[in-house]
Amino acid sequence: MVNQESRWSSFITQLVLIIWSIAVIFPMLWMIFSSFKTDQELFFSPWSFPKELQWNNFARAWTSAHVGDFFFNTVIVVIPALLLTLIISAMAAYVLARFDFVGNRAIFYLFLAGMLFPVFLALVPLFSLVNSLNMLNTFQGLILVYIAYSLPFTIFFLTGFFKTLPTELEEAAIIDGANEYQVFFRVMLPLASPGLISMGIFNFLGMWNQYILPLVLVTSEDKYVLSQGLYFMLAKQFYQNDWSALFAALTIIMVPTLIVYVIFQKQIQSGLTTGALKG
Amino acid sequence: MRRRKYSLIIPFLAPALILYGTFVLYPYLQAMYIAFTSWRGLRRAPRFVGLENFQKLLGDDHFWNALYHNGIYVVVLPIVTLGFALFLAFMITQKVRFSNFYRVTFFFPQVMSVVAIGILWSFVYHPSIGILNAFLKLIGISNPPVWLGDPNTALGAIAAVTIWQAAGFYMVIFMAGMQSIPTSFYEAAALDGATRGNIFFRITLPLLWETTRSALVFIVINAMNMFGITFTMTIGEAGPDLATDVLATLLYREAFTHSRFGYATAIAMAYFLIVMFLSFVLMRVTRRQTIEF
Repeated sequence: MVNQESRWSSFITQLVLIIWSIAVIFPMLWMIFSSFKTDQELFFSPWSFPKELQWNNFARAWTSAHVGDFFFNTVIVVIPALLLTLIISAMAAYVLARFDFVGNRAIFYLFLAGMLFPVFLALVPLFSLVNSLNMLNTFQGLILVYIAYSLPFTIFFLTGFFKTLPTELEEAAIIDGANEYQVFFRVMLPLASPGLISMGIFNFLGMWNQYILPLVLVTSEDKYVLSQGLYFMLAKQFYQNDWSALFAALTIIMVPTLIVYVIFQKQIQSGLTTGALKG
Repeated sequence: MRRRKYSLIIPFLAPALILYGTFVLYPYLQAMYIAFTSWRGLRRAPRFVGLENFQKLLGDDHFWNALYHNGIYVVVLPIVTLGFALFLAFMITQKVRFSNFYRVTFFFPQVMSVVAIGILWSFVYHPSIGILNAFLKLIGISNPPVWLGDPNTALGAIAAVTIWQAAGFYMVIFMAGMQSIPTSFYEAAALDGATRGNIFFRITLPLLWETTRSALVFIVINAMNMFGITFTMTIGEAGPDLATDVLATLLYREAFTHSRFGYATAIAMAYFLIVMFLSFVLMRVTRRQTIEF
């Protein structure tokens, strides 16, 4: 009796899990197949495999639909923003975790306060501020804003991390005659690398997929980053019909993400979930 | 050994403080003032109008319409997503075959950009090239809905995509919580002849309470936002007859399409206060004594 019940329930379990796997995977497989089809095939034979692989779709997406440009713009913004976020946050977090000075707590809570507010509250003043700094439609404007909005959580996380590191190594380095800067860059920063890696993954995904900030701060098409570029491609699609190129563009975006994810899934999952629970 | 070295403290803190102060704190403080002004576009100056924006807000059908949609998401998304995620997490941690494959697969949508997901699903829902209606026609439904084009189905269609994206994410969060429950508890329950259902409601769920609380607050904050997916799937138009408009898309339109900066910021302020209130109430209502184990 018990045996039968458990067999039945494990059958149901497997069934639900398989159906959900199909629900997750199928739209993406369909997208990849569609990106190799002609527009004709898209409309009239949704279930069949592409008759011939239309590599041309990818060429059109990359050049005439500017996905290539959007991709490079995103790289130009995200790489410096990410590196600067990590180094600036690590310096601030190190000082907040390891040094005693007037206002230490106050500054820590000041950074914490930034996590309380939704970015939507800042949109209008931020737009006007970046405009008055003459940084609308510039990469440097976007980079500075990306860094600033990544600081609160990154500093919060790294301060906790630096507090857990042992003090012996620091003391030993000072006795050996290292100055404060050497202690930080040669001893503490390498020790903090697991924390820096989690924050690197967390912020990379956030910045790579950032949507609302570029939508507000970048309005000229030659400076679009991937997310908004894709959005405007979709919006334009209502006037010019090149569906297959749009599928190809989507595949170009998705497949690298998928590869990186499959390789680093453990780190990515823990990076993203700690972000949610502590944030 | 705590050291006082101002020559290090100041240069190490300065870059973070300057950037944060300029681009984060200053705009937030300014917003507190802008919400009480009439400000029509960058070329003009904001003019203080007191509570006028908020009075206008209370009589604005668009505001109530958007808030109503957020309200539906706040009720539906946590129940369905967290319920389903708990179920998946419980199943996968019960020594099921291929559990690693399921964990990796279900989480993947969380990694994709919300724009990519929005576009992918607006293709899936599309009346002529969409695979969903092609499937419905295949199984004999000759007149399937147009999903995003129909005011009756658009909001549900967007909610479904959000659940699709988030279920695996919350599943991983719950799995982490479940793995910290000692296996001896399960073994003892199994010896006593407890069924899976018993084990879930009597052991897993109570011991998972803290995780569930955090997940609940997090998903409610997201349900109040919904900007990215709504903006993408309805091409910035907020759906047929504003059927999918939410507070975030409304305030974005007010600010950057109509240049009503003061009014948009007042909506943002209301949005912020509602989120704060909901998080506070949720934390209060769900407070239980923590079980140490």
